[in-house]
Amino acid sequence: MINYIWMVTLFPLIGVVLNGLAGVKFPRKVTGAIGSLAILGSFLTACLIFAEVLRLPAAQRTSEVVLFTWIACGSLLVNIGFLVDPLSLVMLLTVSGVSFIIHIYSMGYMAEDEGFRRYFTYLNLFVFFMLILVSANSFLLMFVGWEGVGLCSYLLIGFWYQRRAPADAGKKAFVVNRIGDYGFLLAMMLIFVTFKTLDFSTVFAAAPHTLESGGLAVTLITLLLFLGACGKSAQIPLYVWLPDAMEGPTPVSALIHAATMVTAGVYMVVRCSVLYSLAPLSMDVVAIIGCLTAIYAASIGLMQNDIKRVLAYSTISQLGYMFLACGVGAFSAGIFHLVTHAFFKALLFLGAGSVMHGMAGELDMRKMGALKSKMPWTYWTFLIGTLALAGIFPFAGFFSKDEILWDVLQKSTVLWAGGAIGAFMTAFYMFRAVFMTFHGESRVDEQVHVHESPRVMLIPLGVLALLSVAGGFIGLPLIEGGNRLKEFLVPVIALAGHGAAAQHGAHEAGFEAVMMVVSLGVALAGIALAWLMYIKNPAVPEKLSERLSGLYRLIYNKYFVDEACAAVIVEPVKNGSLFLWRACDNKVIDGAVNGSGAVMLRASRILQRVQTGMVQGYALGFVGGVIAVLYIVFAM
Amino acid sequence: MGIEAGTVMLGIIGPEVVLVVAALGLMVADIIIKDERERQFLVWIGVAGILGSLAVSASLWGREVAYGFYGMVVVDNFSTFFTLLFLVAGGLTLLMSHRYVQERKLSPGEYYTLTLFATCGMVLMGKSTDLIMIFLGLEVLSVSLYVLVGYVRGSDKGVEASLKYFLLGAFSSGFLLYGIALLYGATGSTRLAEIGAAIAQKGLLGEPMLLAGMGLLLTGFGFKIAMVPFHMWAPDVYEGAPSPITGFMSVGVKAAAFAALLRVFAGSLPGLGIQWKEVLWLGSILTMTLGNVTALMQTNIKRMLAYSSIAHAGYILIGVVAGGETGTTAVLYYLLVYTLMNLGAFAVVVAIEQKDEKRLELLDYAGMGTRHPALGAAMAVFMFSLAGIPPLSGFMGKFYIFSAAVKEGYLGLTIIGVLNSLVSVYYYLRVTVMMFMKEPEAEITPVLFHPSLVVVLIIALFFTLQMGLFPSTYLHIARESIKIFL
Amino acid sequence: MGIAGYTGILIMVAVAAAFGGVVVLLSRLIGKRQESREKLMPYECGIDPTGNARRRFSIKFYITAMLFIIFDIEAVFLYPWAVVYRSLKIFGFIEMVVFVGILLIGFLYVWKKGALEWGSKSI
Repeated sequence: MINYIWMVTLFPLIGVVLNGLAGVKFPRKVTGAIGSLAILGSFLTACLIFAEVLRLPAAQRTSEVVLFTWIACGSLLVNIGFLVDPLSLVMLLTVSGVSFIIHIYSMGYMAEDEGFRRYFTYLNLFVFFMLILVSANSFLLMFVGWEGVGLCSYLLIGFWYQRRAPADAGKKAFVVNRIGDYGFLLAMMLIFVTFKTLDFSTVFAAAPHTLESGGLAVTLITLLLFLGACGKSAQIPLYVWLPDAMEGPTPVSALIHAATMVTAGVYMVVRCSVLYSLAPLSMDVVAIIGCLTAIYAASIGLMQNDIKRVLAYSTISQLGYMFLACGVGAFSAGIFHLVTHAFFKALLFLGAGSVMHGMAGELDMRKMGALKSKMPWTYWTFLIGTLALAGIFPFAGFFSKDEILWDVLQKSTVLWAGGAIGAFMTAFYMFRAVFMTFHGESRVDEQVHVHESPRVMLIPLGVLALLSVAGGFIGLPLIEGGNRLKEFLVPVIALAGHGAAAQHGAHEAGFEAVMMVVSLGVALAGIALAWLMYIKNPAVPEKLSERLSGLYRLIYNKYFVDEACAAVIVEPVKNGSLFLWRACDNKVIDGAVNGSGAVMLRASRILQRVQTGMVQGYALGFVGGVIAVLYIVFAM
Repeated sequence: MGIEAGTVMLGIIGPEVVLVVAALGLMVADIIIKDERERQFLVWIGVAGILGSLAVSASLWGREVAYGFYGMVVVDNFSTFFTLLFLVAGGLTLLMSHRYVQERKLSPGEYYTLTLFATCGMVLMGKSTDLIMIFLGLEVLSVSLYVLVGYVRGSDKGVEASLKYFLLGAFSSGFLLYGIALLYGATGSTRLAEIGAAIAQKGLLGEPMLLAGMGLLLTGFGFKIAMVPFHMWAPDVYEGAPSPITGFMSVGVKAAAFAALLRVFAGSLPGLGIQWKEVLWLGSILTMTLGNVTALMQTNIKRMLAYSSIAHAGYILIGVVAGGETGTTAVLYYLLVYTLMNLGAFAVVVAIEQKDEKRLELLDYAGMGTRHPALGAAMAVFMFSLAGIPPLSGFMGKFYIFSAAVKEGYLGLTIIGVLNSLVSVYYYLRVTVMMFMKEPEAEITPVLFHPSLVVVLIIALFFTLQMGLFPSTYLHIARESIKIFL
Repeated sequence: MGIAGYTGILIMVAVAAAFGGVVVLLSRLIGKRQESREKLMPYECGIDPTGNARRRFSIKFYITAMLFIIFDIEAVFLYPWAVVYRSLKIFGFIEMVVFVGILLIGFLYVWKKGALEWGSKSI
């Protein structure tokens, strides 16, 4: 079965081909069914492979399936192949599973949209590339997936390209991601120069004795890779595109900009854990950037009034946690959080989508309130997602976040404190969102007729809610053998040799239990504060914002980063390029291009005249040619 | 010379035997079947012949080198490679012609018979090791094509093209034959191997008779591959000929001439490399540039593709000039790629064309892409591939040609080649732009898809994509084929 | 033998070409030209031409001529074959049977297609 891993990626491709090329006349139901079934096929195949791998002993769970040679050019040999190991399996299952649920949801959410077929084609294409990305066996193939998901993300953010904002957001995402891709590319070239190959297995096997630990080469490679990860996973300073990406359809936000694509950076860092563990400096950078992003994005989330923006900043912040975990060497904790986050963040986004659906597209939480009774299903599932995200026992987020914080504490108290503050803020802003949306007084416009979403949207919510409740149990702390995910991942992560994960064996269960209570307390405190401010005493926020108007404005406007970016980077670049455009491009380059084009066309017209159609002329030309050939032959 | 049946080795010309038998069977069937409609099935006899021949020649792949007919023909991987290529081209042409012949009420019997004979001539050219055999193969294919070009008797353009092709073809054959005679005079043999040996043993390198003979041989082959300045016939003939035949000529005749060219020049005249490489070097530059530049202004799609085909001959010549393992491999790979993508493009032309040479102007393609997305997409793929845009096979072909040229030190040639393919993007893209981004001026009558044509399109499309994405298999085959030159 | 060996031939070619050219040129330069109807008439063995030279002939003449040539060549080919027949043995016989067989099919074809009919069937 393992050898059939390529089928996992084949199904979505079939979906793309069917819907994209042949599907002009398909009814919507068929289009949606093809799209969803394709992903279901991938998911089931992945499950079967997973079951088979589970039966193998831990040491034999890694295998490579090479399909064929793709490029053979000098010493560069790239095979198209798949790497089947616990890490890629976890990712395959998460990606295909969540994608399937979101595909189902989309059938309801997008039912009225004109671009229904285009939507499903893009979405399937995205899943195809994402699956390539997580199952690739070489950096180059991974890069193919990496660029592919970037493309699909661009297409889907700008899905409603007729409106200006989505089109701009798509462009922004694309441009910012390019910076990261540039890092990835450079890293790849460095890897090729160092190892003469781009295959994961060869590189990672050779790394410990080829590279000097902490040396320049490995540090450079890992930092450049991390730059790539920052772009894709929206970390400081390349996070700016993600909030704007919310202009896309909400299921897209759920799938691409919360559950799957944005975690590609985390996946990549974990995949390269061998390299990272050889570069302590890079590890520290990853941890610090992760921690800063976690706090920073959470703080912006505190003041947003757009429900999707809250979730977007929350995503950035949670991604920060994942990187924080990786940075302290707790790679499996990072993946754990990645998985649980995929469940509850997808759930939250889909819930937000459901709210939008019921409110005729309204996103501003100030115009919501008291939706609990009108949309009970949405409310309860959203609440479960929120509890999971806030890290309340026994929801999934609690276990994963707690594990991260625990691992961080082993390394550094300062980073732990940062993480804890972030957790506090997370609980606060999430419950603020819940209270503003579902509780309190209704501030809904009178024209809007609030209604619960159709079943095709609610069932996915239910499934994701279940997963958000139960998802944490794949990595139970404290109990011996409880952390099954971590054990499963050992063959991959263990390659990294040392790392914080290794210290885990000796920890005292008692201390860890205390810390669990502490982090639970932090979350509860956040919730309590939110309750105080938005339910008990709704006037407080107003007063606070007046008293601290400076701070409020600063945070409300997202620290003016977009504006600063515009002033410091975009404007000068724009002016510079305007200048270049007018002075250089228009006159010199366009002149040259158009000029040479014109010259060519004129030459074409002249040459055309030689072709008179008179056969005598042709024969004469022939004879002339013969004489010329003989002349050259004799002259040489 | 003792003559025994063993030295004849019928198996060596197995593919040709199958083709000829099929062609003769076609003729007999043509006179037996009286009903005009039933005669349309004759195409399947032709296709069966091609398939049988394919099977026979595929079984010859990888065998030891074997000479037959007293050293007149040879079976080696090189000849088998080209045999397969010609058969594929011939088979696709037959399928492409199916509706074409039916719709225009052309007499099917002779059409398919002649196509088979032309294919047979190509195959013979690819495996001859004697100048006389090369000439015979060339004539078999030329005579068949003279007739096929003017097959639509009611078409003025077609008749004119046929006559022009015949006159100039006969003219060039004369030069070729004269070249063969001079070579024979200089070396005392028409066998390629003996010519090479004679030059080496007798030290004939500066011999004027040899040089003159070689020069005339070059002009003869130059005519068939439409090398500038022997290309003048190509646009008129390509425009006038029935579209499937144009496609066939643009790939088959060209490949046959290149096969013979490689065998003669790279195989047995490497000592004169300085001279013939100089000629081909200049020829390549002129051919590429003239082909591409003139194609820019064409408004008739067949004429545009004719100039494009001239330009592609120029690219292939780069590979011939570069020579060596990489260069020759690249030539073979390119010919393969070119065969499929160009036939694909012609299949689209045939699909869109209507009776009486209607819908052949570029303007007629406006809106075709939006009306028939699949057809438009296919054409876009072929055009992009011809323009050499990655990841399609045309790009890989150019890539290998250019990298071989760089490796052998022909930097100037490479730069001119790259600039030329840049120019070519303009007219290839224009077709796509026309199909997708321009509104038709009048209502278009929809394209009717014939199953045979769809099969051709699918095959061409598949290989154009596949050979670009996964070139290694084909490169390996090409590399195996040219081992005889190393 | 270098190019020097051909010098004589080259000189001969040059002299011949020059002579021809000079004569034509001189007669054009020196000679008086008086054109009359008779002088401009196409030369046809001294007899006045009748009718237009661009008259169309029936295609059948060509077809018959072509068929004649083909079978003519067959006959020409048979003679040397017959001469060396003994040394060619059975192989030579088979070869000739194949050759004649192919020609026969062609003959049948033109026959059935009506190329040999003169006037009754149109082709």
